[in-house]
Amino acid sequence: MPFDFYVTVAVQGVLTGLVYGLMALGLSVIFGVVRVVNFAHGEFAVVAMYLAFLGFAMFGLDPILAMLPIGLGFFGLGYLLQRHLINPFVGRPEHEQFILLVGLAIVLVNGLLMLFGPDTRHANLPYGFDSYEVANVLIDKVRVYAAAAALVVAALLFAFFRWSRTGMAIRACADNLLGAAIVGLDVKHLYALTFGLGMACVGAAGALMVVLADATPMLAPAFTLLAFTIVIVGGMGSMAGALVGGILIGVSEAFASFLVAPSAKSMFSFAILIAILALRPQGLLGRKQ
Amino acid sequence: MPLKTSVSRRAVLAGAAAGSAALAAPSIVSAQAGTLRIGVLLPRSGLLAQAGQSCHRGALAAPRVLAELGYRVELVHVDTESNADIARTQAERLINDGAHVLTGAFDSGHTLAIAQVCEQRQVPFVVNIAAAPPITEQGLKFLVRNFQTGPQLVTNGLRLINNLITATKIAPKRAVFLHANDTFGQAQRNAMDAIFPRTNMPFELVESIAYDPRAQDLSVEVTRLRSLRPDLVLVVTRASDAIKLVRDMVRQRFEPMGIVSPGSPGMYDEEFYQALGPLADFHVSNLPWVNPKSAMTQALERSFAATNPGNRFAADGFNAGFTFEALLIAADAFKRAGTTSGVPLMEAIRATNLAEHVMIGGPIRFDEKGQNPNIGSACVQNRGRTPVVVLPEDNATMAPVLPMPGWQGRT
Repeated sequence: MPFDFYVTVAVQGVLTGLVYGLMALGLSVIFGVVRVVNFAHGEFAVVAMYLAFLGFAMFGLDPILAMLPIGLGFFGLGYLLQRHLINPFVGRPEHEQFILLVGLAIVLVNGLLMLFGPDTRHANLPYGFDSYEVANVLIDKVRVYAAAAALVVAALLFAFFRWSRTGMAIRACADNLLGAAIVGLDVKHLYALTFGLGMACVGAAGALMVVLADATPMLAPAFTLLAFTIVIVGGMGSMAGALVGGILIGVSEAFASFLVAPSAKSMFSFAILIAILALRPQGLLGRKQ
Repeated sequence: MPLKTSVSRRAVLAGAAAGSAALAAPSIVSAQAGTLRIGVLLPRSGLLAQAGQSCHRGALAAPRVLAELGYRVELVHVDTESNADIARTQAERLINDGAHVLTGAFDSGHTLAIAQVCEQRQVPFVVNIAAAPPITEQGLKFLVRNFQTGPQLVTNGLRLINNLITATKIAPKRAVFLHANDTFGQAQRNAMDAIFPRTNMPFELVESIAYDPRAQDLSVEVTRLRSLRPDLVLVVTRASDAIKLVRDMVRQRFEPMGIVSPGSPGMYDEEFYQALGPLADFHVSNLPWVNPKSAMTQALERSFAATNPGNRFAADGFNAGFTFEALLIAADAFKRAGTTSGVPLMEAIRATNLAEHVMIGGPIRFDEKGQNPNIGSACVQNRGRTPVVVLPEDNATMAPVLPMPGWQGRT
């Protein structure tokens, strides 16, 4: 088989993996700081997909641009959710957090079903069928744009946590909660900001997913599972790990589809997950507890 | 001084009996007045909702046509939520609520679940769409199926591909079979593996590829397809993955002579046309279809337009047509049997002989297993975002076109 087919598959895997990584980044950020596992993660991503679809269908707004208002809106939503719904559960037994967020997930999926029905929704972008050809390698234009946007959002988030005072304060909370509280940091506010940032990542990733996949409420559990797989592979709480995990899962699924059987591709991502859990439980870039 | 009344236990029982009789009276009157109550079980929400809703639109259009034909039916519409357990529970509930016949259920698993209930309760069940062979291989006495089995779908589908090749004078050498990895897709794969080697097709089937129907895109699958260089792509899809398939073929500039389904949904669904526009054209589905030249089909189409103004009969014809025929079979049997009682009604259903109906094929009759062996298949090609019968010639309204035009420049 010509070599360019392998290159095509690798590029497709990397580009898709970057968008997956952005989605998982939100989950990782929230868990790394707030220590709450957002079991409604995929559901929020699908809500963002529907918002991006509506923006395109009603106002002709490109989903890649819609990522900005949706990300901002999700930041606000995340902030309010953390302050009023999730914060009382921080520090409570994990099964209570689980039930709360699974309940929220069920409400979101059924709400989407009631509003939009079960049919898939497509954003037929003017460049949706275009591709770039580089040395016999064909790359979808939408995938390139979505991956580039995911990289920009991830870079901004890294920069925020690395260089801004608020970002450093959030990292302080993650490293030593008691110490952060003693030096006078407003932990509740910082937790809410973190949840908001995580949700902004989900919102942006959901908007980008619309250019790659069709929106349907049934996607939500698959997205949640995918985000968990990536975060565990990359390392819970590690931002770089989420992106690396996303790319690894994207590429492994692509090659499994190409070389083995498309219907077996999930088997390979779960095999990687099991191998990581067995050999390096903290994930590729996670820290030992 | 308070008035004392004494009510004996016997009087209470007598009153209760009289009350029950009075409450039961409307249903008895209804049955005596000659109305057949039919429970229509369809997956109107959940994974199969798109097809279930399409069938439902056919059921909504049916009463007007049946009334014109002199049949009196009352339909009770029930959603099975794409869940076999719910299908079974709802079948029980419908029978408890007085349904005389059940129809449905689009999915083979749901159909088998409902069939068990009908068998126990001796209530006739007319299957509208469900292809799994075991449905009519289990000796069920209260079930008939007015739909092709999986092997029949594939056999007829392959025969029509041969006819299509002859009619369009193309010479494909290689084909790839791409199918959804679900119950239906796997059954079609098994049928293809068994039947294709015996059919003497003029091309080689170089590979069969199973894909996950829940996949977000099919880009890698299309890359694999492209690497195999097939002239024909044979597909078994659902609507949403058929869209993903064509979309990724266009992105990867892969242009086979044709994309042909040897018997599956997906490429004639409204969702497919809406999502792909002109790129939805020229794909071919070989499967049972409404006979556009039948007077009853035309009557159903008029009723469909009146009851479903937002939907096109052309795209719903397959689902709506078979759902209508299931109701027609039940109504016709009731007229002949003159009773809503299960056993004689079922005998009348099994004795059905309807020469005039809506789907392509011979008269509706049932063999000893309850299977209608006379259902025909048509070669349906998308033209101008509408499924059009192009073969067999007797039913065709247009001539087939293959190789399909390139993706670029379609308007």
